[in-house]
Amino acid sequence: MTPLALAFNLVDAGLLAQLLLGALAVVAAVTVPARLRNVLSGSLISVAGVAAAVTGTAALLGAVGTGLRIPVALPLAAPFEPLLLAPDRLGGLFMALAGAVVALAALFGIGYAHGPAASRTGWTAFAVFALGMQLVPAAADAITFLLAWELMAGGSTVLLLADHASRGQVRRATIWYAVMTHLSFLFLLAGFGVLAAATGGTSWATMAGGAVAAPVATLAFVLLLAGLATKAGLLPVHVWLPRAHPEAPSHMSAAMSAAMVKMGVYGVLLLTLRLLPDGPRWWAIVLIALGAGSALYGILQASVQADLKKLLAYSTTENVGLITTAIGVGLLLRSSSQFAVAGVALVAALLLAVSHAAFKSVLFLGAGSVLHATGERDLDLLGGLAARMPWTSVSFGVGALGAAALPVTSGFVAEWALLQSLIHVDARADRLLAIVIPITMGVVALTVGLGLLTFVKAYGIGFLARPRTPAAAGAHEAGPAMRAALVLGAVLVVGLGLVPGPLSQALAGAISAGGVSTTGGAGLLLEAADAVLNPVALTLLTLAILVPLVALNGVLARRHPRRDVELAWGCGGERTSPRMEYNATSYSEPLVRVFRSSLQARQLVDVVHHEDAPLLVEQMTFTQETGDVIEDRLYLPATRWAGRLGDLARTVQNGSIHRYVGFSFAALVLVLVLVALR
Amino acid sequence: MIDSVVVVVVQLVLAVAVTPVLIGVMRTTRARLEGRFGGGVWQPWRDVRKLMAKEPTRAPGSTPVLTVAPILLMASSLVLCALIPLASTLALESVPGDLFVVVSVLLLGTVALALLGLESGTAFGGMGSSRHMVIAALVEPTVLLSIYALSVPAGTSALAAIVQARRADPASLLNPVSLLAIFALVVVVIAETGRLPVDNPSTHLELTMIHEAMILESGGRDLGWLELGSWLRLTALLGLVANLALPLGIGQDAAPLTLVVGIAAVTVKVLVLGAALAAAEVFIAKLRLFRVPELLAGSFVLAFLSVSASYLVF
Repeated sequence: MTPLALAFNLVDAGLLAQLLLGALAVVAAVTVPARLRNVLSGSLISVAGVAAAVTGTAALLGAVGTGLRIPVALPLAAPFEPLLLAPDRLGGLFMALAGAVVALAALFGIGYAHGPAASRTGWTAFAVFALGMQLVPAAADAITFLLAWELMAGGSTVLLLADHASRGQVRRATIWYAVMTHLSFLFLLAGFGVLAAATGGTSWATMAGGAVAAPVATLAFVLLLAGLATKAGLLPVHVWLPRAHPEAPSHMSAAMSAAMVKMGVYGVLLLTLRLLPDGPRWWAIVLIALGAGSALYGILQASVQADLKKLLAYSTTENVGLITTAIGVGLLLRSSSQFAVAGVALVAALLLAVSHAAFKSVLFLGAGSVLHATGERDLDLLGGLAARMPWTSVSFGVGALGAAALPVTSGFVAEWALLQSLIHVDARADRLLAIVIPITMGVVALTVGLGLLTFVKAYGIGFLARPRTPAAAGAHEAGPAMRAALVLGAVLVVGLGLVPGPLSQALAGAISAGGVSTTGGAGLLLEAADAVLNPVALTLLTLAILVPLVALNGVLARRHPRRDVELAWGCGGERTSPRMEYNATSYSEPLVRVFRSSLQARQLVDVVHHEDAPLLVEQMTFTQETGDVIEDRLYLPATRWAGRLGDLARTVQNGSIHRYVGFSFAALVLVLVLVALR
Repeated sequence: MIDSVVVVVVQLVLAVAVTPVLIGVMRTTRARLEGRFGGGVWQPWRDVRKLMAKEPTRAPGSTPVLTVAPILLMASSLVLCALIPLASTLALESVPGDLFVVVSVLLLGTVALALLGLESGTAFGGMGSSRHMVIAALVEPTVLLSIYALSVPAGTSALAAIVQARRADPASLLNPVSLLAIFALVVVVIAETGRLPVDNPSTHLELTMIHEAMILESGGRDLGWLELGSWLRLTALLGLVANLALPLGIGQDAAPLTLVVGIAAVTVKVLVLGAALAAAEVFIAKLRLFRVPELLAGSFVLAFLSVSASYLVF
């Protein structure tokens, strides 16, 4: 048997294994007693995730399955082809990504899930959600895609509701999420409907092969993009992210943020590279504008958040924004026939997606571990966790490095590839490029800068210095399953960053881009840009400098050892209380001032004067709320108008039986009159 | 391979040797212009030697960040000196001084400093750290755009190749694209290294300090590394600007003679530039913190103009 023949079976067998394991996980969640439920359901979902990762990787590397046919007859009027699960290379990549994230999240969930999240419903919902998410990229036709999409949406909505009994805001968050996710589904349904009607089939192959008239293609593009952007959390339909991510159980937040929003990205790639590859130039400009706007707005909001999980949620909008920008740049360059650099931009988009999946899982799981240990996710109330939770803080630190795109993490490699593609655009002959590309570069650079600030804040305020509350002071390290998930994730963040060459080559294969090769071991060579990045060599160079430095420091330390003092530089005073430390709110205060017009923070200073001497201040409270401008300007008016329409409808339908009889009578008379007139 | 390693080692030794002198020259220039005598050119060197022989202190409950951050800053500055073409444009084959790599190594040092400021657990440390990061974030677009503008004619983002291309074509040094970009870059260097008017390196006035606030709690050996590390950043960035603005005398290989010429050239350039910077500092006052974004936005506009000009004009 040739290796290729083996691989043939691998994809089909992998798909089958996922379905079986998913079903088993549901059965386990329902039947197993509570004390074994976490371990059994969690491990089964985790193994299903690993199966998806393996299958996806095989598909990414070029293995083709015969496809799994789903024997269902749907009563549809539209042209309708069989339901098929057969991932192509791009689908394989996203399946691997979803599977790996699910595996980590479920492993973490074994130790983390408690209360409603560990109930029968909780684990069943997680299993359904995970299976749906792994199957979305495997779908080879629109109907299967939408079915898997709804499994993913339904499962996540149920799990999101887990804590609704104890916290009121969970219900509100779930309503936002359910509304947005179903709007997204409606748009997708309409978009695929338009395409299917125009091409006469529902499979990707038929849709891609059919000739679509330009206005129809534009309609389909706009509808599908609206649906996909909602799932991906782009501006202005990002509003569910900062609500749903913080309120979901943390392993769920990780899976939603690191993998589920990527299904939106997969959809955009599927749409623009496969289904409608020859779109006009303004499509690319729309993508760049959407992406750049989301990136900047997302990171700006993230940088001023004090709630750790909300901060991470906004940063997801930022990262998806960067990915979309990269896709837009790639498409723009394709339309200018600069195929080599376009390939680099698209590979950068995929690298960004992969690295975001790795570091965002670690960050959300780390936040979950902090929440588990302290019951707090407000950075203003944390601090000093590095000494109390060494494993969590090191893993979170690695994740933060990745999010800040610093070497030698995978985030750095991705950002590097994006910047390389931007500066190697040949814009001499093209005014549009000469304006769009530098602006994009500026936006990306500002995003990177603010991202750095955001994650220094998240790590420094949360984990360093002294604990600000007793809850933070009493923190304890996470259990073995949670620790294992965190460490594995952190290893992935660094590991993917050390071998960018083979990784990028595999990714380039998924979108059939050339000009990417491996050099000097595992380094990345972009032939189109004539640029080399060899993180291993960079690490070795750094080590060559660091080792003598550390040795010298050690010699000096032996001669003059460190001294413990109660107060290092106190001038005879006593150590100030931890309340004097800078906290997350004060850390971002300069930024709130610099960007006051776009952040519109509301600050409230409440002064209580002394009873006897009104000039003396007894107590002072400062509260700051950072609103979401888009929400205030767009969603509040929209919901207000919807409410007014509802009120109008109420005047027509007031419940009076007489009125309804009157309506029927009027309708009857109208029909009779019309008939008589003809 | 051997040649480029020689260049790296030479640049490292050169940077460590020149840096205290550079700071000494800058301080002396400033002191003389202000009518003071000053501590002399060798004073920074004596300061570092003194600090290295002193014990650092540690408050109870502090984390290893206290020890690691100063070494990390020092290492990042040294890697910077290894990657930036100072004495020769011969670069390591597997780690060519790529612009984005250099910037991210610089940022690693920035992050180490900011975390150190937070670790101290005092109001000052956090304040310095917060301001430092805001400036670093706002400076980032200018950094990338200005070098982007210079990289367009060279067609690569490797700094050594850019310097070499500019050396081969002296006419390009005086065109508006290059002048705008260099000017924007100078503002960047001033902001990144905490010089006037962004930050006053010699201030200890609580409410205005940025860099000093972060290192306020460090002492002894830790402080020594921090000081030397921040000074090295100044040397590396001044060297980069000098070589981009005037790539005269920089060598292209590791032959002893060219290396000696390169070393002499870059030393002179850095010292002259440093003295000029110090002289200019006498005449300007520190900007209010919330005016700094305006300065940075201005330099961003210059960098942006320079990029669009490089496409539309040439």
